Amino acid sequence: MTDAASRDGAGRDGAIDAAELRCRTQELLAARPVADTDRTDFLRARFDAGLAWVHYPEGLGGLGAPRSLQTVVDTELEAAGAPDNDPRRIGIGLGMAAPTILGFGTEEQKRRFLRPLWVGEEVWCQLFSEPGAGSDLAALGTRAVRDDAGDWMVNGQKVWTSSAHVARWAILIARTDPDVPKHRGITYFVCDMSDPGVEVRPLRQITGEAEFNEVFLTGVRIPDAHRLGEVGDGWRVAQTTLMNERFSIGGMRIPREGGMIGPVAKTWRERPDLRTHDLHQRLLKLWVEAEVARLTGERLRQQLVAGQPGPEASGMKLAFARLNQEISGLEVELLGEEGLSYDDWTMRRPDFVDFTGRDAGYRYLRAKGNSIEGGTSEVLLNIVAERVLGLPSEPRTDKDVAWKDLAR
Amino acid sequence: MTTQSATPDLLYSEEEEALRDAVRGLLSDHCDPAGVIARTESGAPHDREAWKALAEGMGLAGLLVPEARGGQGATHREAAVVLEELGRAVAPVPYLTSAVVATEALLACDADDLLAELASGRRIGALAVALNVAPSAAYKAVRYEGGALHGELTGIADAVAADVLLVPAGDGGLYAVDTQAVTVTPQVSLDLTRPVAKVVFDAATARRVGDAEPAVRRALRAGAGLLASEQLGLAEWCLTETVRYLKERKQFNRPVGGFQALKHRLAQLWLETVGARAAARNAADALATGSTDTDVAVALAQAYAAPVAVHAAEEALQLHAGIGMTWEHPVHLYLKRAKADSLAYGTAGNHREALAGLVDLQAP
Repeated sequence: MTDAASRDGAGRDGAIDAAELRCRTQELLAARPVADTDRTDFLRARFDAGLAWVHYPEGLGGLGAPRSLQTVVDTELEAAGAPDNDPRRIGIGLGMAAPTILGFGTEEQKRRFLRPLWVGEEVWCQLFSEPGAGSDLAALGTRAVRDDAGDWMVNGQKVWTSSAHVARWAILIARTDPDVPKHRGITYFVCDMSDPGVEVRPLRQITGEAEFNEVFLTGVRIPDAHRLGEVGDGWRVAQTTLMNERFSIGGMRIPREGGMIGPVAKTWRERPDLRTHDLHQRLLKLWVEAEVARLTGERLRQQLVAGQPGPEASGMKLAFARLNQEISGLEVELLGEEGLSYDDWTMRRPDFVDFTGRDAGYRYLRAKGNSIEGGTSEVLLNIVAERVLGLPSEPRTDKDVAWKDLAR
Repeated sequence: MTTQSATPDLLYSEEEEALRDAVRGLLSDHCDPAGVIARTESGAPHDREAWKALAEGMGLAGLLVPEARGGQGATHREAAVVLEELGRAVAPVPYLTSAVVATEALLACDADDLLAELASGRRIGALAVALNVAPSAAYKAVRYEGGALHGELTGIADAVAADVLLVPAGDGGLYAVDTQAVTVTPQVSLDLTRPVAKVVFDAATARRVGDAEPAVRRALRAGAGLLASEQLGLAEWCLTETVRYLKERKQFNRPVGGFQALKHRLAQLWLETVGARAAARNAADALATGSTDTDVAVALAQAYAAPVAVHAAEEALQLHAGIGMTWEHPVHLYLKRAKADSLAYGTAGNHREALAGLVDLQAP
C-alpha cells in the first residue's frame, strides 16, 4: 500500500471527494516538482499515489473513487504543466487491456501489468480479428494447445492489429477446444510480442499508409500464468474488452464543430468562391446532424456522470461513422479542382490515428473504416434492435454445432 | 466559430420524471386512441375534460408564468416534459398554443389580468398568427381602425377552442379580442387533433396589450423550441408501438420483427429519437436558462426533430402495413400531426436557413 493511500485522512472512511483529490494531487506535485522530475518518474509516482485512474483500486493506480472525479486530478495536473501518459499512443492498453486485466486478472497479473501499461513503458495491442473471423469473431481459428507442463503453444494469424509493431504485450483470444460450440472453446491470454514466433507485417490500407498489421503466430509459447480467466471462458472475458472499445470510440466529449464538420465549415467560411446552393443545403443538413450527434454524446456523458448509463452508447458509433463519411465526402466535392488531389500516397506508419487530420481526400478514405472497425454498422444495428428494442434475434444455425464442424 | 454558453443540462430531473408520470397517468385515463379518433369526428375536436384536468387540476397551464403573475413559476424544461407526453398521446388539447405560445406573447406584454387567466386555465388563448410562420418570418396583420379590428386571418391553430385571440394589427400593436366578438370558422385541417381555423374581424372590439413585434417573435421562438419535445413524444410513440406490434405480428411462421430489413429500420429510427431527445432537451434548457445560444438551440431542434417525427410516423404506417392504412388504427393521427408539425413555426428548411446566419455558414 502506498503512503498516500494508507495514511490517516479522508481515505480512512472510504470516501474520497474532490477536495481530497485536489489535496493529494498537490502533494504529488510538491513531492515531485514537474520542472526537475523525469517524465517516467513522475508518471510512476502519479500511479503510486493512486491518481492515475482514480476509480481503480488502491495499489493499482487508483483510490476506489468515483470515475467522474478523474477530471479533478487531470485539471490540477494540466494547470501545473505535468506530463501526461500520451493516451493516444497507448489507447488499446488503457481502453481495452486494462479493464480486462482488472476484471479477470490474478493479483499477480494486475501488479505486473497495469503500472507499466498506464505509464506507457509497455505498449499493448489486441490480437482478436482474423482473416476468417471478422463480424463473426467467435469463429476464430487461431489454436492454443496445452503442453505437458500446462503451458500453451499458439499457431494462427491475426489481422487489423494496430500498434503491433511497437507493442510489448498483446491481449489474445485463441481456440483451446475445437470440439465444443464456438463460443465455449475460446481462452483469453496475454501474449508476449517479443516471442520469436511472433511476426508482424504492416498491412497497407486504402489511404496509402499502414496503421494496422497482420500478425503471424508460429509456435508462440505462452505460460499458463499469462492466461486471463478460465480455460474456455475467453468469449465472456472478451466482452469486457469489446464493450470498452465501443465506448472509447463513441464516448468522447467534443466541442461544437470539434469533429469532422470542423474542417469543412472552416473551408466554407474562408472560401466563398467554392460555395454552391446545392452544397449549402447539404452542408446545413450535415451541420445539424453533427451538432445533434455531439449533443447526444454530451447527454450520454451526463448520464454516466449521474450514474445512469443509457443504451445510447451503442448508437453513438453508428451516428459518427455515417456522419464522418458523408461530411468528408461533401468536403472533397466542395474543394472542386483541389478535390482531385491527394496529399501523399507514400507508405508510412503513423504513431496514432487522427480521423480529422491530413487533407480532405485522406479524411474521406479513412472515414470508410469507421463503419467497419470496432463492429460494423450492420452488426451494431442488430445489437440495437435486439438489445435495446428487444426484437427477436436472427435465426442461428451456429450455436450448438462444434466449432470444427462449422461451414468455412 | 459561434459562441457557446455554459454546458446545457440535457437530463431530466426527478421532479420532471414525476411530472411526466402524472401527465401520462392522466392522459391514459382521458385520451385513449379510440376516444381521440371518435372525437375528431364530433363537432368538438378538443378534449375539454382533459384540458380542465391538466390546466386547472394540475396547474400546468401556468408553468411558464412566474408565481407573482399568477402562474406556477416553473420553466420551459417542465413544459417540454408535458409536451412530450401530449405528443405521445396526440392529445387534442390547446397546450402548445395557449400555455406556451399565447402565454409567451403575453409575458412580453402588459396585461397581467389576461396572463393570469391563461395561467389558471380558466380561459384559453391563441396567437392569431398562422401556424406555419417561422420565428423570424413575416406574418399577416389586420387593420386597426376606429378602436376596432377589421380583416381576416387563416391557419390559426386551436382558434375554435380559444376564448381570447392575441392579434397583431397594422399599427404595430398586439390586441386581445374575445372570440365572441369575431367569427371563427373551422378549416378542414390535415391535423385532426390540432385543427386550424379562419377568423374574420368585422369591427371587432379589441384591447391593446402591447407591441406585436417582440411579443410575436418571443412566442414563436418558444413555440418552435418546445414543439421539438412534442415531436419527440410523437416519434417515441410511433417507435414503441411499431416495435410492440412487430414482435406480435407473425408472417412466414416468424414474428415480423425478426427480419433484419425491418430490425435495421427500427434501430435507425431509435437512433433518430435519441438525437431528437438531445436536441429537444437542449432547446428546452436554453429557453429555460435564457442562454445566449437559444436561437441556435431552437433552430437546431426544429431542423432535426421535425423530420424525425415525420419519418417515425411514416415508418410506423409502412411497418404496420395494411392495418396502418385504416381509419380505425391511430397511426394516421400521428402521421397527420407529425406532418402538420413539420410546418408549424417554420419548416426544417426555414430553420436551417436561420442557422446559416446564426453559425456563419452563409449562402453563396
